[in-house]
Amino acid sequence: MSQVRIIDTTLRDGMHAVSHQFSPDDMATIAQSLDEAGIDTIEIGHGDGLGGSSFQYGFSKATDEDYLKAVSSVIKKAKLDVLILPGIGIESDIERAAKYNAKVVRVATHVTEADIGEQHIKIAKSYGMEVVGFLMMSHMAPPEKVAEQAKLFESYGADMIYVTDSAGAMVPSQVKARIEAVKATVQLPVGFHGHNNLGLAAGNSIAAFEAGATSIDGTIKGLGAGAGNTPTEVLVAIFDKLNVNTGVDLYKIMDVAEDIVAPRMHRPQVIDRASLTLGWAGVYGSFLLHTYRAAQKFNVEPRDILVELGRRKTVGGQEDLIIEVAYELSNKK
Amino acid sequence: MADKIKAAIIGPGNIGMDLMYKIINRAKYIELDTVAGIIPGSEGLKLARENGFNTCVNGIDGILGNEDIKIVFDCTGAKPHLIHAPLLKNENKIAVDLTPAAVGPYVVPAVNMHEIYNTDNYNLVTCGGQATVPIVAAINAAAEVEYAEIVSTISSRSAGPATRQNIDEFTETTSDALVKVGGAKKAKAIIILNPAEPPIMMRNTIYCQVKTPDEKAITQSVLEMVKKVQEYVPGYSLKLAPIIEGNKVTTIVEVAGEGSYLPKYAGNLDIITAAALAVAEKAAENMLNISESTRGAEQ
Repeated sequence: MSQVRIIDTTLRDGMHAVSHQFSPDDMATIAQSLDEAGIDTIEIGHGDGLGGSSFQYGFSKATDEDYLKAVSSVIKKAKLDVLILPGIGIESDIERAAKYNAKVVRVATHVTEADIGEQHIKIAKSYGMEVVGFLMMSHMAPPEKVAEQAKLFESYGADMIYVTDSAGAMVPSQVKARIEAVKATVQLPVGFHGHNNLGLAAGNSIAAFEAGATSIDGTIKGLGAGAGNTPTEVLVAIFDKLNVNTGVDLYKIMDVAEDIVAPRMHRPQVIDRASLTLGWAGVYGSFLLHTYRAAQKFNVEPRDILVELGRRKTVGGQEDLIIEVAYELSNKK
Repeated sequence: MADKIKAAIIGPGNIGMDLMYKIINRAKYIELDTVAGIIPGSEGLKLARENGFNTCVNGIDGILGNEDIKIVFDCTGAKPHLIHAPLLKNENKIAVDLTPAAVGPYVVPAVNMHEIYNTDNYNLVTCGGQATVPIVAAINAAAEVEYAEIVSTISSRSAGPATRQNIDEFTETTSDALVKVGGAKKAKAIIILNPAEPPIMMRNTIYCQVKTPDEKAITQSVLEMVKKVQEYVPGYSLKLAPIIEGNKVTTIVEVAGEGSYLPKYAGNLDIITAAALAVAEKAAENMLNISESTRGAEQ
């Protein structure tokens, strides 16, 4: 029976869907239930990673340290994972995570900017952590470019490469081409992180697996930026049908979804017109809730903001441009 | 006043060359004497010779011992500057440090030049610091800044290998300067690289949490500050005048480069060389005034 590793990021990417307001207690409860269901790796923190709590991305309910403390004390088998975006989080954030027993660090850069992650990869390696080079917005670069950047991550000492569809903008053939290109270029295992703006998160994840990815991201109930992520419980069911071992108990993970996570959701995780626009225009998923707020404030159409952000080729982290675009659109009216 | 203060540049890379052209075009109190590099055939040294300056290929050694040179711009890197700083100090040369070494105090000309006129080593913070510290200082003067957060977005093309390999230096040095020079009680800095083609202009969003959100006072203070910065950075402009929501003030500034040596999108490089020149000019003016008044006293 073949294997796949499931990295659950309900408590990191899922934070976008609750405006980073899970409490340390919420995180501990959810993490414990994920651990008991057999999830291999649990990612936690602010939606924008370590040090993400800010005006720019929204302040989280608690500090990175509070979350690390709460979760590290309850998980028994699963590996604790954190994500860092160089330019936002700094070395000392990694150091702190290591202190709380984080075993995995995902160093996330825009798909063309892997070289800003060298410093952070090396520091994480010096703490003996597993490092994943996480190429965000992979739809914006052709497969050869994605592979070239993966090679850079490999040269800095990364242990795995992730192809990340941050905008939920790819279709299965595009995912397959990128996974294959990376696999042909580096000696490392490859993973895939999908978003559901086009309704393709689960399909893309299977395409990635079939193309050779051995690690797949999910979030419970698909909780996450934009229309959300690939639902972990759905992945577990699909892989079971494909006779691929995830190590996760299907009934238990379904129960986590219904009994533990659903009551803590702020809104239904659906593909609405704005999140569909994200996928269609190729815009970073975390922009969604910020766009709704700016649209209301400046009385403009959210879809117009998103399309303009796509036209300007914005990358992850540029939430401040939303205000400017909304303001400019309101002046044009 | 016929005399000018002689200056030298170490490091004829993008920053050094941009600075060279700014000195040629704008300097009133300094004149460039020597450009020091370490690679004999480099493009920068060639340009320096073509423009009539002395050049040397033994780095700082080509400047040490030359008593005429009073001001030295260091455009190398943080590590070399740690070596250069004491050598320059020994010879009573003023160092204008464009690296993140932070040997001397931070200087942001529009904000604190007048307070630190007597140092012999000026540190130019970072490009993001030069763009955002003035705004935080202006808001602080009007409304007391409890927390400042800035986001600098620059084009990927304008971020060289030194920035990329040490991106934490940017965030840490910038946030430190927002507190020490900008006056915020706490601060955070974020940098984002955007690879879009054609390259984007450098834009900076400044969020401040303030104690007394007086919109009129804040706006007026920011507008005055923008004018002050524009005196030495012509491409500096207010993209979004302060928006106030409760205690939160959001301001956006854009920096377009002069476009004389580096392209216009490299506003992040332009603002730091422009600030360095402003600092050196002020220091040179002081030196000239002092020597004038000493001459006056002797007569």
